[in-house]
Amino acid sequence: MKNIRKNRNKKKHISSKYLLMILSAVCIVSIFSSLVLNISGGPLNTVAGYVFVPMQEGINNAGLWLSQKANNFKTLSEVQKENDDLKAQVDELTEKLKNTQLRQYELDSYRELLELDDQYAEYDKVAASVVAADSTNWFSTFTIDKGTKQGIEKGMNVLAGSGLVGIVTDVGPNFAKVRSIIDDSNKVSSMVLTTKDNFTVSGGLMSMNKNKTLPFSELRDEDDSVQIGDPVVTSSVSDLYQPGILIGYVTDIEKNSNNLTKSGTITPVVDFQHLREVLVITSVKDTGEEDLSKASSKGQE
Amino acid sequence: MRRKIVLFIIIAVCFLLQTTLFQKLSFANIGPNLLIIVVSAFGFMRGKKEGLWIGFFCGLLIDIFFGFYLGVYALLYMYIGYFNGMFQKRFYPDDIKLPMILIGSSDIICNLVIYFIMFLMRGRFQFWYYLSSIIIPEFVYTMVITIFLYFILLKINQNLEEHEKRRAIKFEL
Repeated sequence: MKNIRKNRNKKKHISSKYLLMILSAVCIVSIFSSLVLNISGGPLNTVAGYVFVPMQEGINNAGLWLSQKANNFKTLSEVQKENDDLKAQVDELTEKLKNTQLRQYELDSYRELLELDDQYAEYDKVAASVVAADSTNWFSTFTIDKGTKQGIEKGMNVLAGSGLVGIVTDVGPNFAKVRSIIDDSNKVSSMVLTTKDNFTVSGGLMSMNKNKTLPFSELRDEDDSVQIGDPVVTSSVSDLYQPGILIGYVTDIEKNSNNLTKSGTITPVVDFQHLREVLVITSVKDTGEEDLSKASSKGQE
Repeated sequence: MRRKIVLFIIIAVCFLLQTTLFQKLSFANIGPNLLIIVVSAFGFMRGKKEGLWIGFFCGLLIDIFFGFYLGVYALLYMYIGYFNGMFQKRFYPDDIKLPMILIGSSDIICNLVIYFIMFLMRGRFQFWYYLSSIIIPEFVYTMVITIFLYFILLKINQNLEEHEKRRAIKFEL
């Protein structure tokens, strides 16, 4: 009995200063090892994933259930009105769809004529739901409920609807960390669909907060052919992103002081405020070299 | 042991609420920082050592799920816990001023460090913008939450301390 208590006392007497130094050293070593060797949490990811992800899912489901219950209290007249609106919308959309289909036939026949392959192949996707968002207010990362067990890997692209959301930067067995394209440290090399000009879209906390746009730079466009409203997609020269995924539309163009390049802003198509369901493309961009390490470390392309 | 389990539950609940519920309840993209309240409060209630351990684990949790490099937030939160522990001698449970000041300044310092390391170094020089649109709003929101959460933490800690005292007496006998 005495011995046990002695041991206990001994244990308690590591001075907090030394403990601070030891743990600081541990942290610094781990920062540098993840910086240099690009290793992620490994077993830590596994443990944390199994403990926290199910609970986060539970909370989200409870929230969803509550909001559904709240929705049930909507009055009949509201629902009827909504129904009328939706019917009108259906008519409108069917009309549009018909037009688009016609155009698609036209396009297909032209393609056949020119013997072009489908430029943008369909990717295989896995659906996942967002379980938790970054706890700091500085960055825009979130976790999804699918991990290595469902075949998710580092470097896979994440979509919502038709637009690009981000890239998987780290995976655990049952969760994956996604850095969105609006994250301040993110950069996507992209291109204007109409003129095929390449440029870089960077994430920006400030411009996203101010007017929901992302800044772009290094657009070379001598003959001013890029217009406001032109769609912007991921470029085929990108190391990390599959080509041809819609990012957003050009909202603002400005000539740089060097008179060679232009910069401006684009509005992303995805509503990053209300992300719930996302799609993960289950193929990683093959660049012929091991560039994926960049994905997790910095996001620079 | 009992303390460790209770602390784990507190950290887990705060982390879960912060990453799910409070992200939905965010005003203008700003959510409160519950974990800094826990780290800071246990720092000045229990001293440097417990402060730094709790800070370390809270930071590690953020690192695993949202960080860039494993250990950045762990280091930051650990020091915050440690420095709050230095004020243990000046802490009286009845006084709300010191806890509010400590938690508030912890939150601001934590965000300033994040700004300097991760934003200023990447050429984001608009300090006033980030101060007024991120640091101050988060500070205000966190202080509002502190008023409720701090008293809960205080009660939990008092219960734990009472329980420990009773057990210690039992041991002596």
